[in-house]
Amino acid sequence: MSASAIRQTWAFIYRDHQLTKRYWSWVVVFAFYALVNSASVALIGVAAHDTRLTLTLTIGVLLWTFLSVLFNEIAMSIAYERWEGTLEYTFMAPASRFVHLFGVSLYAMIYSIFRVVVVLAGLFVFIDLSFRGANLFGILIVLLVSSLAFMGLGLIAATLPVFSPERGAEATNILQGVLLLVSGIYYPVSVLPKWIQPVSWLSPATYALSACRKLTGIDTFVPGRPLHGAPLLAVMPDLARLLVMGVILIPVGLWIFGRVEHWAKKTGKLKRTG
Amino acid sequence: MSSVAIRVQNVRKVFRKRKGALRREIHEEHALNGITFEVREGEVYGLLGPNGSGKSTLIRILSTLLLADGGDVEILGFHLPEHEREVRERVGRVSVDAAFYKKLSARENLLYTAFLYGFEKTDAEQKALYILKRLGQDASRFDDPLEEMSRGMQQKVSIARALLVNPPLLLLDEPTTGLDPKSKQEVQRFIQDLRLREGTTIVLTTHDMDEAERLCDRIGILTRGQLIAEGTSEELKFQAGADNLEEVFLKAVGKSFEEAEKEVTVE
Repeated sequence: MSASAIRQTWAFIYRDHQLTKRYWSWVVVFAFYALVNSASVALIGVAAHDTRLTLTLTIGVLLWTFLSVLFNEIAMSIAYERWEGTLEYTFMAPASRFVHLFGVSLYAMIYSIFRVVVVLAGLFVFIDLSFRGANLFGILIVLLVSSLAFMGLGLIAATLPVFSPERGAEATNILQGVLLLVSGIYYPVSVLPKWIQPVSWLSPATYALSACRKLTGIDTFVPGRPLHGAPLLAVMPDLARLLVMGVILIPVGLWIFGRVEHWAKKTGKLKRTG
Repeated sequence: MSSVAIRVQNVRKVFRKRKGALRREIHEEHALNGITFEVREGEVYGLLGPNGSGKSTLIRILSTLLLADGGDVEILGFHLPEHEREVRERVGRVSVDAAFYKKLSARENLLYTAFLYGFEKTDAEQKALYILKRLGQDASRFDDPLEEMSRGMQQKVSIARALLVNPPLLLLDEPTTGLDPKSKQEVQRFIQDLRLREGTTIVLTTHDMDEAERLCDRIGILTRGQLIAEGTSEELKFQAGADNLEEVFLKAVGKSFEEAEKEVTVE
């Protein structure tokens, strides 16, 4: 990557960081809502006096907090620019679309990690949690690898607001909802109706969750004893699937974005609306 | 003799819109109907036309934001759309709406642009302050959010943004529309100054006849997507046997500028 490309990547991180600071009250509101929502879900396990269930739900909410924020920030990046009216100026700059979307994705990742840390810290206030014995390094690896696939999905979803600013944003939320439903965030995929279960195979979150639960040691958990997280080797099939998804989805996302950008320039859809 | 900065040949652009209750009816709006013109390096070329004449469409094509349906566009020796990146590195644009992140300050908006074009922070800040000072902008407002600035101030920041990256070609799309008289004068003076000091090639779209006459070396009159007359303001007046550009327009189009503005809707 050239020095110029690094500065261009930094441009998006710098911009999004400044915008986050200016909209800090919204950041607080969203973080508060994420925390309350996560605590409400995790407390279901506490109410059932079932530590395994509590851990299952906690891992689910934390992973979903990370992946959904990552996906949403990338997917909505074009919509935000349309609302601000700056899309044409960004598209006029001599930064490649790869650099543009890479910069947006990097900041989205940093922001997602921040949100997870806030939620996790908040959960410790509500629930007596201990991750002693969990393979935390392995979980970090899974988060990083699954990020690639979610970035790819985000890039594809980011094209939707190019077609229509309002409907595009709506469609992005529907896509996010479908991922939540089919990926087994709070329940095993096996409880879903048979006809919808194959859809879960297409969601990277399914494999990320499966891997994280094994690495946390939920499957082998014995009440009263510390967790015994699986080694990274045990989740290699899940990691391989996530990696393949990322390797496919990122170029596919960039290609689709390029085609949609070409179409928008042909039809005049880049012009500020909405 | 100076070389050609922009060569536009027979450029056409049609927008298709679906209409009707079931949106089955396709309505075609011909925004540009075979436009041909050249702009020489260091020249200020004015595109004069009413709202909807195709000025902004043309600027968007030159800015790589819109693809022409036909014809040929060459900017500083680079053909579009094949060499979009090379053109983007060399073109600055100011649009009628100063599109910014309104919650961010002028400094933050300008730094974002500077990084986007691969420039360093210190150089960019110094240059931005220098340009804003030349535009008559108070440097103490550099850290104020854009939303707290007047339309005139925002437009000056918009000009600073376009000039920050030293573009040899500047596309000014109605930069003075909606400005108060003082800001308008400051922007106009800056354009004159820029051309004299830097030799920047400038394409200026406007529907202000006086502005076109005062700032532009040559003027192209655009209406309904067609270039109906071109030349220096003196040439245009002489050819039409008119005293001013308003009369030139009236004689060329058969209706006054205001009447033409009411009729056309494509922009």
